[in-house]
Amino acid sequence: MSIVPTTIARLPWRVMLIVTAIATFGIVVLYSAASGSMTPWAINQMVRFAVFSVMALVISRFPPSFFSQYALPGYVAVLVALILVELIGGVAGGSQRWINLGFMQLQPSEFMKPVIVLAVARFYARLPISEIRRWNAIWPALVLIGFPWALVLVQPDLGTATMIAAGGVTVMFLAGLPLRLFIGSGLALAAAIPIAFSFLHDYQQKRVLIFLDPEADPLGAGYHISQSKIAIGSGGLFGKGFLRGTQSHLDYLPEGHTDFVFATMAEEWGLAGGVALIGAFLLLFLWGIKVAIRTQDRFSRLTAAGLITTIFFYVAINLMMVMGLAPVVGIPLPFMSYGGSSMLTVMLCLGIIMAIDRENRKGSTGNGWG
Amino acid sequence: MKFPKLTPKHITEASLAFTFTRRAMVLGGLQGGVGMLLAARMGWISVAENEKYSLLSESNRVNLTLIPPRRGWIIDRHGKPLARNRTDFRVDIIPDRLRNKDAVIDTLARLLALGPDDVERIREDLEKAAGFQPVQVSDKLSYEQYAAVSVRLPDLPGVAPAQGYSRDYPAGPSVGHLLGYVGVASAKDYEERRDPLLITPGFKIGKEGLERSFERDLTGRPGAKRVEVTARGKVVRELTTRPDTPGKTIRLTIDAGLQEYAGRRLATQSGSVVVIDCQNGDVLAMASMPSFDPNSFSDGISHLEWNMLSEDDHVPLRNKTLQGLYPPGSTVKPMVALSFLEAGLSPDETVHCGGAIRVGNGLFHCWKRGGHGAVNMHRGIAQSCDIYFYVLAQRLGMQVIADMARRLGLGQKFPLPYPSQSYGTVPDPAWKLKKYGKEWQIYDTVNATIGQGYMLVNPTQLAVMASRLASGKMLMPNLLYGAKRPAPGSLGISQEHLDIIHNAMSAVVNGGGTGGAARLPIPGMLMAGKTGTAQVRRITMAERRGGVRGNASLPFKLRDHALFLGYAPYDNPRYAIATIIEHGGHTNRIEDAPMISADCISYLVDPVKAMERLETYEKGWGGTPQQRQKAQMNAYRLAKGLAPTLPSVDAAANASDPAAEGASNAAADTPPPSDGDNSAQEVPD
Repeated sequence: MSIVPTTIARLPWRVMLIVTAIATFGIVVLYSAASGSMTPWAINQMVRFAVFSVMALVISRFPPSFFSQYALPGYVAVLVALILVELIGGVAGGSQRWINLGFMQLQPSEFMKPVIVLAVARFYARLPISEIRRWNAIWPALVLIGFPWALVLVQPDLGTATMIAAGGVTVMFLAGLPLRLFIGSGLALAAAIPIAFSFLHDYQQKRVLIFLDPEADPLGAGYHISQSKIAIGSGGLFGKGFLRGTQSHLDYLPEGHTDFVFATMAEEWGLAGGVALIGAFLLLFLWGIKVAIRTQDRFSRLTAAGLITTIFFYVAINLMMVMGLAPVVGIPLPFMSYGGSSMLTVMLCLGIIMAIDRENRKGSTGNGWG
Repeated sequence: MKFPKLTPKHITEASLAFTFTRRAMVLGGLQGGVGMLLAARMGWISVAENEKYSLLSESNRVNLTLIPPRRGWIIDRHGKPLARNRTDFRVDIIPDRLRNKDAVIDTLARLLALGPDDVERIREDLEKAAGFQPVQVSDKLSYEQYAAVSVRLPDLPGVAPAQGYSRDYPAGPSVGHLLGYVGVASAKDYEERRDPLLITPGFKIGKEGLERSFERDLTGRPGAKRVEVTARGKVVRELTTRPDTPGKTIRLTIDAGLQEYAGRRLATQSGSVVVIDCQNGDVLAMASMPSFDPNSFSDGISHLEWNMLSEDDHVPLRNKTLQGLYPPGSTVKPMVALSFLEAGLSPDETVHCGGAIRVGNGLFHCWKRGGHGAVNMHRGIAQSCDIYFYVLAQRLGMQVIADMARRLGLGQKFPLPYPSQSYGTVPDPAWKLKKYGKEWQIYDTVNATIGQGYMLVNPTQLAVMASRLASGKMLMPNLLYGAKRPAPGSLGISQEHLDIIHNAMSAVVNGGGTGGAARLPIPGMLMAGKTGTAQVRRITMAERRGGVRGNASLPFKLRDHALFLGYAPYDNPRYAIATIIEHGGHTNRIEDAPMISADCISYLVDPVKAMERLETYEKGWGGTPQQRQKAQMNAYRLAKGLAPTLPSVDAAANASDPAAEGASNAAADTPPPSDGDNSAQEVPD
């Protein structure tokens, strides 16, 4: 039929294009953040993206049953790693989030984000259909979510803990639990916030308070949010122009290449760049949701929808943070923020969704653009 | 465990798949919604609030620094600078940019040779300072020191070398009280003016004298420098610079040469010289010595130097020309005689002086124990006969004398640009009744006629009196060159009467009178004048019987003040002068008021010769005022260093003995001794 071989045509071109576009834009922004230099960030990010893209494509060749099979063992392994981190941290003193493997620093909480989705999806896939509206459908999932959530929260890493909980709960929601459960617990949660607040660390409390009123302490803890908003706001419609951002180049914007990379971008590209980026992410989410809806297998569809929502949480929390709608919690922006762990996680998620997508297409004549 | 409400529905694989699809779409919709929301939020920040954030971004990026304006010069009547600006290298620390405080301060201390005191002060200032408000490390650096710091800047974060200007007074102490000095604005100044310029490093405001009075004119407008800076304060590039507008130049009527000459000519004495132009009232010199050196005051004076100055019994911190009040002594006699003439007294009226007369219960002596015999007005002034004035004042009354005193400027306020002036007293019966609730006594009149008792004047008033006596015009002292003012009117005194006084005053100096020392060393030019001695202590009956002690044997504070007023040339008045030597006691002819006056006037005519004489004298005095002050400072330091716990005996004694202060230094309100028994004694040179 076609001049291109089926294997090539079957590659998930659409999603690869979206992701590559976002990542390329990210590299361009990192190039500017380093004052027009490929080093130290842009070049690393490029290599990383290439490596992790290949990894995602390799993962996409696995059958979904593989992930289903290893979901719970994987979950246990990451949970053990989290406990280890906590123990090591207790010895070393202070907050500890990673295990030093010698060649790299492993941050198990990062892996927990996709793994929790897989584990909860696996649980619901195994659950007899008749049980879905019973109590037995709820508590095991809550236990699955609760352990890693608590472990990450005491690290303390409020952002990651929130994402783990959100990812798990999303799968619970998709699994078909009664709607009023979510509404009810949502209300209960809102009532519990003040109590939870008092259990937060001082620096976390401060971050939350500063988030509510960043101008109260523009040179102290509110500095990040204030400067980020200044960067975005001064960008205007079309930005100050490539390499001409002052907030980032004169170091007023802290973390301008990692968590606040969106502000760095917005200063130079303006609202136009921001809308384009948000649009690209929305296309990615749309693709993920469509893959999930097309999927027949319960585990696969829950996984696909859960994982794409996990990526969505990255984006949403990060953007809300840089725009002053959420406290500073240290969640990076996928493909844009400089850093290996988050890109590894997101690519892992994408690889699994692509594997599910590939399974869906088996036998069909559709190509990777669907 | 029971969970009853969860089981009513019948669930199939298909319905579950349907639920999933529905919920996944809801989820997708939510994601899309959040995406829109975020885009909208971004639109709000970057479009609706763009102006606000652009401004904030600019104020982040651009750092505006004020460039202190160069202070206006103060020049003399010939354009010679009295106060000017000198290029000055300085080093500041910006507290916010300081990284390793101790290391930086150590390095600076080594490079700039800072003493432990300076280091301590810098540390204190840094404790108090905040943000980008610079703290001064050191100024008046040499170019080498400045360069040494500048080349090490990369290793000294927070250190800011700068080039600025500092005030320079070429004549040093001679102009101290005339000009005042400048200094760093105090917290109080800043509260009053709220001008950010005041806290700009290197900016100084006028603290005293003319520097303070003409502050507004001298200040000028600051320039501004806009630079792009990073968050850590590193300057990336300069954007725009608006130069400063220097302050206005103030041109004074002062003759810089004469001012300095007068200051130096006052020698080691505590005294003042005021010279006034007899044609228009322009003040040519206003010297008060000893004085502080405005150069060292403007650089920030040390505690030690301040202590030394405030302990000195020659009161170098007081501007004697306007704040010193003295009994005028016999210098009022020409004025008193003029009042007699105007009251109708014939100049030929003769009084017999037998050495003393009885007034009421008291015996009033003439300075000449044996008496002058028959004395008319000419002889009365020339020989300064007290009895002549005692007798006639009793006849004509105090009021005519007081009126004339005021007409000639005594007790008058002059609109001179000095914040702090003392105006003295011209007593009359109404004044005494109001002030003390006592009736005017005849001995009050007698005391006043020889410039004692309640009468107090400052040296400027004395000089104005001399100029008005000389010119017959209502001259007003003026310090601003070319100031617009009405031509001086006549005093309304007949020339005939003035001539009588002028002749008598000439006789004081040139006709064998009491002021022979004031004879001008200039051929063909005659000075007219009047000497005076103002007593500051009581002379007891016992002392009077045993012979009045000579001034030389008295402690400094008890010696008489020596005064002289005069003008020259006597027949065509050009310059009027008043000189007062505090506690001079006429003990040293060269350093006495008449000869100082003569030399100052001769400087105006023949500066070279006058300067030659002065330089000869100065060899005996230990050099110029600057050199003497330095020597004094060293001696003081040595004394403090050798016996740091020993309090200054002199200063303590002076402070605890108000009686010794007497009328000399006290304010105008202090009543001087006025009992008949301790009436004034007149002792000419």
